[in-house]
Amino acid sequence: MTIDNAVSPAQRALAVLGDDVTESALKRYLEGLPGVDATGLEQRAAALGTRSIKAASKAWALDRIIELIDLTTLEGADTPGKVRSLVAKALVPDATDGSTPRVAAVCVYGDMVPFAVEALGAAHAAGRATEPGDGLVNVAAVATAFPSGRASLAVKLADTADAVAAGADEIDMVIDRGAFLAGRYGTVFDEIVAVKEACRRADGSYAHLKVILETGELNTYDNVRRASWLSILAGGDFIKTSTGKVSPAATLPVTLLMLEVVRDWHRLTGERIGVKPAGGIRSSKDAIKYLVTVAETVGEEWLQPHLFRFGASSLLNDVLLQRQKLRSGHYSGADYVTID
Amino acid sequence: MSFLDYAPAPESTALLNLRPEYGLFIDGEFTDGHGESFATISPATEKPIARVASADASDIDRAVAAARKAYEKRWSTLSGRDRGKYLFRIARLVQERARELAVAESLDNGKPIKESRDVDVPLVAAWFFYYAGWADKLDHAGLGANPRALGVAGQVIPWNFPLLMLAWKIAPALAAGNTVVLKPAETTPLTALLFAEIVQQAGLPAGVVNIVTGAGETGRALVNHTDVNKVAFTGSTAVGREIARAVAGTGKRLTLELGGKAANIVFDDAPIDQAIEGIVNGIFFNQGHVCCAGSRLLVQESIHDEVVDRLKARLSTLRVGDPLDKNTDVGAINSAEQLERIRTLSEIGEAEGAERWSPACEFPENGFWFAPTIFTNVATSHRIAREEIFGPVLSVLTFRTPAEAIAKANNTPYGLSAGIWSEKGSRILAVADKLRAGVVWANTFNRFDPASPFGGYKESGFGREGGRHGLAAYLEGGVR
Repeated sequence: MTIDNAVSPAQRALAVLGDDVTESALKRYLEGLPGVDATGLEQRAAALGTRSIKAASKAWALDRIIELIDLTTLEGADTPGKVRSLVAKALVPDATDGSTPRVAAVCVYGDMVPFAVEALGAAHAAGRATEPGDGLVNVAAVATAFPSGRASLAVKLADTADAVAAGADEIDMVIDRGAFLAGRYGTVFDEIVAVKEACRRADGSYAHLKVILETGELNTYDNVRRASWLSILAGGDFIKTSTGKVSPAATLPVTLLMLEVVRDWHRLTGERIGVKPAGGIRSSKDAIKYLVTVAETVGEEWLQPHLFRFGASSLLNDVLLQRQKLRSGHYSGADYVTID
Repeated sequence: MSFLDYAPAPESTALLNLRPEYGLFIDGEFTDGHGESFATISPATEKPIARVASADASDIDRAVAAARKAYEKRWSTLSGRDRGKYLFRIARLVQERARELAVAESLDNGKPIKESRDVDVPLVAAWFFYYAGWADKLDHAGLGANPRALGVAGQVIPWNFPLLMLAWKIAPALAAGNTVVLKPAETTPLTALLFAEIVQQAGLPAGVVNIVTGAGETGRALVNHTDVNKVAFTGSTAVGREIARAVAGTGKRLTLELGGKAANIVFDDAPIDQAIEGIVNGIFFNQGHVCCAGSRLLVQESIHDEVVDRLKARLSTLRVGDPLDKNTDVGAINSAEQLERIRTLSEIGEAEGAERWSPACEFPENGFWFAPTIFTNVATSHRIAREEIFGPVLSVLTFRTPAEAIAKANNTPYGLSAGIWSEKGSRILAVADKLRAGVVWANTFNRFDPASPFGGYKESGFGREGGRHGLAAYLEGGVR
């Protein structure tokens, strides 16, 4: 199709591209971004992964990792009971150590949101701004026909609005990878703008929007960079690597690349966008590499729940084991932390 | 405490069993030297590490005689397969003692442990493995059938990659069937002496490898010795010239790997984040003590400001300090003398009108330190754009067209290496073709591999080290 579709305006796109937010303007802009040298990117990520984090730095890192986790269950077999159990774990990650911080959010399917909200009770952030250590936990819901995103826009918007109405503080949407790979950037852009609009609550405030790129399907780093810019231009509050349903999910090079985009956006506009690697981060050791990458790429101020999250489930218990080890001097074992 | 102030993560020196004193390694044994012994110090603390013997002319006589005898009686009678066996053994011992060698290297040289651990020592092992494989295949090296060894090689190496330069010299020489007398730099003899222990451990026949320590006089005696068949030198162009003069007319074969002032060319279509990493790696790797360092950044005028901004932001995250800390990115300058030279040239840069910038750095009280530095507004006529500084100092120049980039890159008496950054393959090939430099890196910098020949044009020297070409330097019938 060669006709320029006028895509729906979003404030950021208007500011960066000018009044002419068309499919072709988006295409020119995204394809004019500097390329990514895969070897160089991977080498840089590997180098960041060799940082040696010890003693006090490690103790701080472990606590902060917990405070950045979106504790997740996204199974067809999820039940209200499973969600309540997940919420209990989110509130008391380690029953043997009361000093253990709470996670940032629980992440569930849209229909599970009411159960998560109910189980959290007073600890539910419910749209309030959260800080590490305040004990408040957000409810994040995946929406827009997660994980494939293969549904009509109307269905995706209903999916989103439904989760927001049920009390979700954050919406994790997926982009239309098919449209992106076919070069229909305008379609992807419009959808994000519309979903963002669907995140609006009755009081006029918005649920936080995380845009999942599903980098494993985008395949090239150049695509990841373009999709990151596209998502930010369309109004995403966070860019997120993966659904966790496609392999490879989050990798350190992909996350580094997305952090570089966020850093460049901040250079350009002064605005801070969040990044969420999700899927495949299972050990404390790996998670610490991500913290190092964040701190050395965009700066330490990004290590806050409103700017960086881990989408993970099994990571939490490994961090708890490491915390216990720091405290007691010896390793315990998987039976000394609870499964949710 | 901020997270970015990572808690100290020092590499343990516990496995390093150093002797208080080291003699010369001649004919398979450590012996006393007749020159005045000297202390080798840690440039990060200025504390002495060990005392090291100094070889005088009589010691060099003994070493060369031992090498000659080993060559005539033993090494030249072995099959290539047997020589290879010894080299494989050395390579494995280097791997086994990798941690120890890395610690010793960082202690003596001042380079960060992450570089000695992840770059230097693995490459040393790789070099021995690579040339071990060649030892029984010399007939197939493209030098004609049955190429013959030269005899005794006198080798003099610099302080910037002490053990790696030793490997670059010794591995091909031995594989080709020569015996060697090697002199490490006086500020960094430690790992060569540990290597002597490895030679003993490997059961290498006595006299095949001899290590003589000392200063310039020792090197001169070695180079000038009449029974040396081949001289190989890596170091400064000034000393290289002196050696070329001394060797001229003697019939000795010579290879020289000298200085450089490499251009690192960044086009406006470069992968920008990776180019920034490449610029940093090009000049701040090993404190810029690299003969092929990308010390002249040629950046297309249209992206100059952006590149400099990003470079400054990146430099602010470099960690300068204790070489033995695993998180250190930039270590200590190797010697007071080198620090003085870097300071002097940097001051000249300022005096000539270039703009100097360094990130804020806190240095330890003792030791030799120099903050990573970039100079902008540099003109091709400035001394900091022409002379090798051999330190963490980058000169930023601009160009407008590919033709100008090529002209400026080639406008130097040196010609060791160059870098090109562009996402356009055809441009990379076209520019690389016109650069007069022995090594041209595309979208990377300071990468080394034993299979790849390395060496210079013009005042950067002649002869190639590494690869099949590196064998030719040690074989009769080979070109140089």
